[in-house]
Amino acid sequence: MNLAPDPVMAWTLALIQTLLFIAAAPLLAGWVKRIKCHMQNRAAPSLFQPYRDLVKLFRKDVVLAENASWLFRAAPYVVFGAFILAASVVPLVAAHLPTAAIADVIVLVGFFALARFFLALAGMDIGTAFGGMGSSREMTIASLAEPAMLMAVFTLAMIASTTNLSVVIEHNLHAGLVLRPSLLFALLALAMVAVAESGRIPVDNPATHLELTMVHEAMILEYSARHLALIEWASQIKLMIYTVLIANIFWPWGIAEAFTPAALSWGVVAITAKLALLAMLLVVWETVMAKMRLFRVPQFLGFAFLLALLGMLTHVILETGT
Amino acid sequence: MALSIAYLAVIAALASAVFALGTNFRRNVITRTLPFLLLGASGVAAVAAGGWALLDNLKLTQQLALGLPWMHWHLRLDALSGFFFAVVGLLLTAVSFYGPAYVREFESSKQPLSVLGLFTGLFAAGMLLVLLADDAFAFMVAWELMSVSSYFLVTYQHQNAPNRRAGFLYLLMAHVGALAILLGFGVLAGFGGNFTFDAMRAATLAPLWASIAFALAFFGFGMKAGLVPVHAWLPEAHPVAPSHISALMSGVMLKVAIYGFIRVTYDLVGHIQWQWGLAVLVVGTTSALLGVLYTLMQSDLKRLLAYSSVENIGIIFMGLGLSMIFLGTNHPVLGVIGLIAALYHVLNHAVFKGLLFLGAGAVLYRTHERDLEHMGGLIHRMPVTAALFLVGCVSISALPPFNGFVSEWLTFQAALQTPKLESGVLRAILPIAAALLALTGALAAAAFVKVYGVAFLGKARDRRAAHAREVPAGMLIGMGMLAVLCLVLGVLPTTVIDIIDAVPRLLIGQAPPSLTAHGWLWLTPVSADVASYSAPLVLAAIAITFFIGRLLLRRNANPVRRSAPWDCGFGPLNARMQYTAAAFAQPIRRVFGGVWKVQEQVEVTRASAPATLVSGVRHQLHISDWSWLKLYEPIGRLVLTGARHIGHLHSGHIRTYLMYSFATLLLLLWIVT
Repeated sequence: MNLAPDPVMAWTLALIQTLLFIAAAPLLAGWVKRIKCHMQNRAAPSLFQPYRDLVKLFRKDVVLAENASWLFRAAPYVVFGAFILAASVVPLVAAHLPTAAIADVIVLVGFFALARFFLALAGMDIGTAFGGMGSSREMTIASLAEPAMLMAVFTLAMIASTTNLSVVIEHNLHAGLVLRPSLLFALLALAMVAVAESGRIPVDNPATHLELTMVHEAMILEYSARHLALIEWASQIKLMIYTVLIANIFWPWGIAEAFTPAALSWGVVAITAKLALLAMLLVVWETVMAKMRLFRVPQFLGFAFLLALLGMLTHVILETGT
Repeated sequence: MALSIAYLAVIAALASAVFALGTNFRRNVITRTLPFLLLGASGVAAVAAGGWALLDNLKLTQQLALGLPWMHWHLRLDALSGFFFAVVGLLLTAVSFYGPAYVREFESSKQPLSVLGLFTGLFAAGMLLVLLADDAFAFMVAWELMSVSSYFLVTYQHQNAPNRRAGFLYLLMAHVGALAILLGFGVLAGFGGNFTFDAMRAATLAPLWASIAFALAFFGFGMKAGLVPVHAWLPEAHPVAPSHISALMSGVMLKVAIYGFIRVTYDLVGHIQWQWGLAVLVVGTTSALLGVLYTLMQSDLKRLLAYSSVENIGIIFMGLGLSMIFLGTNHPVLGVIGLIAALYHVLNHAVFKGLLFLGAGAVLYRTHERDLEHMGGLIHRMPVTAALFLVGCVSISALPPFNGFVSEWLTFQAALQTPKLESGVLRAILPIAAALLALTGALAAAAFVKVYGVAFLGKARDRRAAHAREVPAGMLIGMGMLAVLCLVLGVLPTTVIDIIDAVPRLLIGQAPPSLTAHGWLWLTPVSADVASYSAPLVLAAIAITFFIGRLLLRRNANPVRRSAPWDCGFGPLNARMQYTAAAFAQPIRRVFGGVWKVQEQVEVTRASAPATLVSGVRHQLHISDWSWLKLYEPIGRLVLTGARHIGHLHSGHIRTYLMYSFATLLLLLWIVT
């Protein structure tokens, strides 16, 4: 609760940052898609294609499956709401915004879990085999990804002795260029979890509708129009949250600590550059990797957990007292 | 005064037992409702007495002229027993709304309803008396009253052989546990001079004897609470009782065991050593993880909920273990956070597990089905029950902003304070325990997606599920009360913690320093810079985005069109094409391989004409508990073999028996002289 001198201004800034976050998420998805196409020698869609898709979906009429209950209709709103909340907690341009105190990083993981819970239930609501398959796989993958993610987060939390994201970022910002092996392990683990959780190759393929390999897409197969738009947008926000987390925790330089126009605009420039770069890394990764068999995913996530554990142990054994 | 209200609660529960006998003579609304009315009165009185004791941090003692002539019953109501009193009272109240309609199910069955009412009342009175007892004698009498009356409730439908077997196992395990507790009290009384808790508190024990007393209490109370590996009786006994009794057993009787553990360890033994905490943490973590893995594999709804109790008890013991480690290493402030996390989870688990068991009872009431594979689509047939059950599922899966999340978050926060410890081993073990807690939470979410998805969503798999109706209002009120509590306890954690912090003040002599230092909006263990969580703001934000979203999107939207789901072009889907509970858990079963003993059989019958055509597939899955196979059965066999050998003494000849008597007499004479 390091409130800025003027709480009204701080809350306004927080609101603006959240809106910016939500508005920019499709852009990041468009950017990823575009450079992926370039990388794979395909003709690329416009950078703004995701926005057009969303607008198109919002305009369409909803078609519901016969067996759909109220839960199926409410789930997209819950999912989208949970991700907006999560986005409001993550420092994008400026640290120390008042929203950061609402929830720490464990609550952030809780928001993801809440969204996933309702999406998985919605997948089972219609009573098709696809929905159940998607839900079952999603919950399996998530149950392995969550401990790895929290372990990585705990390492960070122990280094900065806080679970508050703003304070973690501030700590890393002022720690200077100290090479900590534990941070490196945590970074690798977090990156692997991010890949799995946001449904990218090699764990899931966002572009596929092949029955046997779908995970996320199988759950949302029956959604249409505004419901689908909300879910698509939410998963774009999710990708953005993970990228911002990695960018701002491990390379916090440039984030605004004071609420001055200069610092804030510098913050916008810095985060844009960082996200663009990270997206390129993701594209390279997705291009050189092949999609994994489903039962190889536990090994992938087990490795992520191991890395996170190593990070924590290196911190406990080597770095305490420094 | 508060103590009189507490007596009132006990007396009302006993009166409920007596009046339940009335159903023998006349069966009507009055005889059916009156016992529950009294049970409800008992619950309200218990909440009042417990709440009073908590708020004013009372410490009231009294002696009653009951019990042995030279040793009257000592009773005491303080913050700790007050807290558990309130927990028991809350669930008793909910059950009293739920019960009258629910027990109609049993009116047509063979057993008299009076037996159910009689033992329900005695069971409630027993639990309340355990909490009031202030000497080992009264404690054990009340403990036995609780155990034995619940045995009769477990075997209520005794015409089913599995129920009798479960009941016997339950009785046996309860008494093995009680024996350990009795021995523990014996050690304490040996140093204290007599059996009152005051004397035990005053006694100073040698570290070794203190450890022995702790180990006995841990084993005894842990057995009753259902810790791994001695948990195998719990998933047998809890599901076979009538559902409102299952709710009481899983929701609060296990908590009475935790009360006993806290009372003995923190209060009577005192001077906690960190090694004890480590043992509690390890056992708790194992219970949590194995409990949830077994939960995932069950397809019987009530059995699944019982296994999930093992998991949640494990989480509570993790909190206690953390607290004891911190206390043992002289960090009382952190110890308070661990204790609060554990107590908060005690309260939360009572509420949501009660809700879920009552919900399972509602499903059972209408479909007569406990097997998930025969349910489905109940959200269309029983909409209110479905909504309330969903609240329970979200809470138990530890999702914000409901109550399960708050206590798990506090446990995480306690576990993350490890840098303050001196020992490197502990510093490494605590975060690993926290990561396993994360795994447990994620698996619990998977388990409850399975439960809700298979039972309430999709299409009905069975005729009875397809024709289910909503349950009577009384049952809905009982469940609704608990569902509202789930949300309130999740959204106002600071208020709740302000109330329960009387307990650490009593036990540790220290109040949580800054948990609620920043007002009711912010929950901040340790300090605001370290971590903060504002559940009211989270709820507000969710509500605002939800309503803005709906307003914006539903304005001038055309009415939705319904159509058939995607069927890959093969024609209409039927209910058997849905994912089953076993199929849902299959990937996890494969990932965590050896945790269960899995016997899977697939028989494929082929049609005669084209050899490739399959006419039928039969899949059988049997999952058994290793603790049963590796611990219970070998011990059982050992006891039987021993008994057979001793049985050789019984030759059947009077001469031999006379010789035994003579030899014994000689031996005694020799000892005396």
